[in-house]
Amino acid sequence: MHVAIVGNGVTGVSAALRLRARRPDWRITLLSGESTHHWSRPALMYVFMGHMRYADTKPFPDSFWGEQRLELLRGWVTRIDLGSRRLELAGQPPLHWDKLLLATGARSNRFGWPGEELAGVQGLYGLADLRALHETCARARAAVIVGGGLIGVELAEMLRSRALAVTVLVREASYWRNALPAEESELVERAIRAHGVELRPATELARVLDDGAGRCAGVETTRGERIACELVGLTAGVRPNVALVAGTPVRVGRGVLVDRMLRTSVPDVFAAGDCAELERPDGTTLVQQLWYTGKLQGEHVADVMAGDERAYEPGLAYNSAKFFDLEFQTYGDVPATAGPGNSLYWQDEGGRHALRIAHVGGRVTGFNALGLRWRHAVAERWIAEGRPLAHVLAHLSEAHFDPELHRRHERALADAFARQLAGEGARPGAHTGAA
Amino acid sequence: MNGTHAPADEVGDDFDEERLGFGPPPRAVPRRRGALARVAAALLALAGLAFVLFCCGLELGGGWTALFSTFGLAALAAALWFQAGYAGTPAGIRHDDTFFRGLQRRALSAWALGLAFTGFYVVLYFYGDLTAHGFPGVLERPTRLVDPLAELLLGRAADRWFLYGFLYSAAVLVFGLRMAWRYRHERYQLARTASVVLCQLVLAFVLPSLLELYQRPGFYFSYFWPLKREYLFPEDLHALWSSGRFGQFAVFWAVSLALVGVPVLTYLVGKRWYCSWVCGCGGLAETLGDPWRQLSSKSRTTWRLERWLVHGVLVFVVAVTAVLWINSARAGAWLGQYSNGFAKAYGFWVGALFSGVIGVGFYPLLGGRVWCRFGCPQAAILGLVQRVFSRFRITTNGGQCMSCGNCSTYCEMGIDVRAYAQRGENIVRAACVGCGVCAAVCPRGVLRLENGLPGERFDGADDPWKTLFDSLREPAGPGYRAWPPAAGPAAGPESCTGEKVVTAVGIEPTT
Repeated sequence: MHVAIVGNGVTGVSAALRLRARRPDWRITLLSGESTHHWSRPALMYVFMGHMRYADTKPFPDSFWGEQRLELLRGWVTRIDLGSRRLELAGQPPLHWDKLLLATGARSNRFGWPGEELAGVQGLYGLADLRALHETCARARAAVIVGGGLIGVELAEMLRSRALAVTVLVREASYWRNALPAEESELVERAIRAHGVELRPATELARVLDDGAGRCAGVETTRGERIACELVGLTAGVRPNVALVAGTPVRVGRGVLVDRMLRTSVPDVFAAGDCAELERPDGTTLVQQLWYTGKLQGEHVADVMAGDERAYEPGLAYNSAKFFDLEFQTYGDVPATAGPGNSLYWQDEGGRHALRIAHVGGRVTGFNALGLRWRHAVAERWIAEGRPLAHVLAHLSEAHFDPELHRRHERALADAFARQLAGEGARPGAHTGAA
Repeated sequence: MNGTHAPADEVGDDFDEERLGFGPPPRAVPRRRGALARVAAALLALAGLAFVLFCCGLELGGGWTALFSTFGLAALAAALWFQAGYAGTPAGIRHDDTFFRGLQRRALSAWALGLAFTGFYVVLYFYGDLTAHGFPGVLERPTRLVDPLAELLLGRAADRWFLYGFLYSAAVLVFGLRMAWRYRHERYQLARTASVVLCQLVLAFVLPSLLELYQRPGFYFSYFWPLKREYLFPEDLHALWSSGRFGQFAVFWAVSLALVGVPVLTYLVGKRWYCSWVCGCGGLAETLGDPWRQLSSKSRTTWRLERWLVHGVLVFVVAVTAVLWINSARAGAWLGQYSNGFAKAYGFWVGALFSGVIGVGFYPLLGGRVWCRFGCPQAAILGLVQRVFSRFRITTNGGQCMSCGNCSTYCEMGIDVRAYAQRGENIVRAACVGCGVCAAVCPRGVLRLENGLPGERFDGADDPWKTLFDSLREPAGPGYRAWPPAAGPAAGPESCTGEKVVTAVGIEPTT
C-alpha cells in the first residue's frame, strides 16, 4: 500500500505521522515543491525579522523522516492521473499511488483588483512570498496592507521591523471587527497603533497604481485616498488551492469537496486542511484554514485512510494570535456582536488586559482573553459542560495561565462581573441585548 | 502555496531554502541611532582609551578617579546604550535582528570575541606560569585599577582574583540592566534577574571580601558541594571548623545545603531556585550570556554528549570527594599523595579549563550555558532530582502550539521545547534551569512554569525509580502526539481492524 500525500504542511505531515503510527507497514510519501522539509508556516514572520533562521522553523530534525520511514519527495505535481493512479511531476518520473491525500493548502485571496499583478503586490503564505518580500524591501519605504485580520498584523509587524511606513486598509469599521466585539477590536487597534501603524477603517482597495515600469507605486482606496507605497500586502484571507484537480472527476466548490469522512468524490482520493471544503449533512459547507484545524483534519483523514471510518467533527473552536505585544486567546463561541446582554466584559485601566465571557441564558459559551493567558483545558471543560456564570466566576483562578509572579486579575474580574450582573438584574430584558 | 502545485511561472523555481536560507531583508530605510546611543558609544570609546592609557602607565589621577574613568565609565556607557535601545519602545518580546547581527550568529566578530574571552581566562588561570616564562604581566595594571575597591572591601591591594570577581560582578550587574529592560513586561524575569544580580554582588563578591577583611574565612553562601567541591573536602571542612564559631556555622551551612537543602528545594520548585535565581555561573549566563542563548545546540547528538559529560563530571567529583574522605579517615594510609593529585587534576580539568576557559570563553559561539549544561556537577544533581522527585514542570497549554519554534530557539540549555509542546506534553527535563524564557517568547501563551503534584507531570512520573532507570537509557528523538488525545484512535483501530496501534515515536526523554 502506497499513500502519496501532496503537500508537506501541517495537514499533510499530521496525516503522515498518524498514518505511520496506525500502519507501520505502509509506504508513505510526502510531496512538496516548496520545501524539502516540513516547516512551521506561522513562523514565517520570525524568519523575516531575524528571530529565527529557516532551519529553526522545522518542527522535526531532518533525521526524523528517515527514522519514521516517511519518504520526502521534492517536486511540483503537474497533473493527477486518476485512471492509472499516478502523479505526474515536473522533471521527474511519475509516482504511483494506492491512496492519495490532497493537502495542497491555500493561497492569498486576490479579488481582481486593477493592478494586482504589478511587482511589489503579494500575499503572505509561503517561502516564495518571503523571497518576494526580500526583493521588494530593497526599494520599499512604505507599504499598504489590504486586510485587517490575523495575517495583516503579522505582515505589519514584519515590515515595521524594517522601519517601513505601514498603512493597513480595514474593510470593517475597526480591526478584525467581523470576528471581535467592539471593545476587543479597539484594544487591538490601540496595540497596533502603538507600533506606528496607520489604520484606515471602513476602507478597501480600489486599485494598485503603476509606476510606469510595471511596479507598484501606490494604491487608491475606495474612499478616494491615494497612498504612495512600493509594497502592497494582500492579506484578505486565503483561498483553497484546487487547480490540481480542476478538470478531473474530483468535485470542486470553493475548495476540494469532501464528505464528513474527508473523502473526495473519487474513491481513495482524500483532501484535508486549507484546501478542503467539508460538505455537511445540513447542506452547508465548511472551510477551516487554521493551524490547529489543519492538524486535526490531517490526523482525522489518516484514521479514515487506515480504515477507521468516523465522521470528522469540528469540535470546540479555539485559536490564538498576537497583535504586536498583545496576546489573544479565544475558546468556544464569542460572537462579534457580543455585548452587555450576552456577555460579561472586563478590561484593565491601561487597556492591556481584557476578558470577555460570552453566555447564552447564563451558561458560558466562549471566552476572549487579551493580554491574559488562559488554560485551554479548563475553558474547554466549562464550555462543554455548559457551566453557569456563577460557577465560572467562582473558579476564575483555575483558568489562569499567566507566568508566575504576574499581576493577577481575578479579584478585579470578579468585582467587575458582579457589578455587571447586578446591573443587568435591575434592567428587565437586558438579556435580549446585542445577540 | 502549500508547496504542491504552482502556476506555470513558479514551476521549476527550485529555491534551495536549506542551503541559502534568507538572511536579513534589505533595508531601504536606513537604521538611525539616536543621540543617546551615540553618546553611549562615545563614552565607551573614551573608557577604552582611558583603560589603554592606564595600562601604558599613565595614572589618570590614580585611585577612585582612575577606576571611574575606566571601568566606571564603561559601565555607564553600557547602561546608556541599553537605555537608548529600549526606552521609548513598547515593552514586549523583541528579538528582531538577532540572527542578523554577526556577533550573535557566530560571524567572524563572534569568533574574535570568543577568542578574547578565552584568552582572558587563559591569562587569568595560567598567568603565574606565563610570567615565569618571561611573558609580561598583562593583568598587573588592570588589577591596580581596582585597588581602591580592594582596600575598602579587603583591606589590602587587589590581586587578579579580586579583579576577576569585580569584572564578573560588574558584567552581571550591567547586563542585568539589559535583561531588566528587555523583559520589563515580565515580572518573573525581573524578579529572577534582580535575584541573580543581588546574589552575585552580595553573596559572591562583597560578603566574601568583607569576611576576609574581618579575618574570617572567605566563605561563599551561594555555592555548595559539588560546584564548590572543597566545601565537602575533609581538609577544608576541618580548617573551617577549627577557625571559630563563624567557621562552624559555615560548615553547618555547607553540609546542610548540599545534603538537605538542594534536594528539598528542588523537590519543591525545581532546579531553577538555584540555577537561574542564585548561582553565579547561572547569573552570568542569564545576563552577559543572554544575547547568545539562541546558539545552544538542540540536536540529539549534543543531548547525548551532554548526558555523558555532565554525569561524567559528577561521577568524577564524587569519586574525588570519596577518595579524600577515605584517605583522611585512614590518615593518609590509603593512596596517600595520590588523592591530592586526583583532586588537583579535577581542579585543573574541570575547575579551570571547563568552567572558565570553555564555559565562559565560548559564550559567543555556543551560548551562555556551556558549563551549566555539559560540565556542572551541581546542575547534574539538581537535574536528577528535578527529573525524578520534583513538583516542577513546564505545562503545555492544550492545542494552542503552532510549532513556530521560538521556545526551542531561545532555550539556552538546548532543550527542544517545541518537540513536547506540539504534542501537548509537559516538559520535564533534567537540564531545564527554569529561566522561563521559552514561556516569555511563546507568541501563543502555550508554556507555563508550574509546581504541582509530582505524579501528574508525565506518564510514569508516579514511579520515580523506574523513571530514573529509564533516564539512563539513550534519549530518543522528538515524537508526535495528537491534540486533543481524546480525538485520537483510542476508540478506533482495534475495533475496526483488530490491529494493534504502534506509536510512531521512540521513547521520549530521560534526563
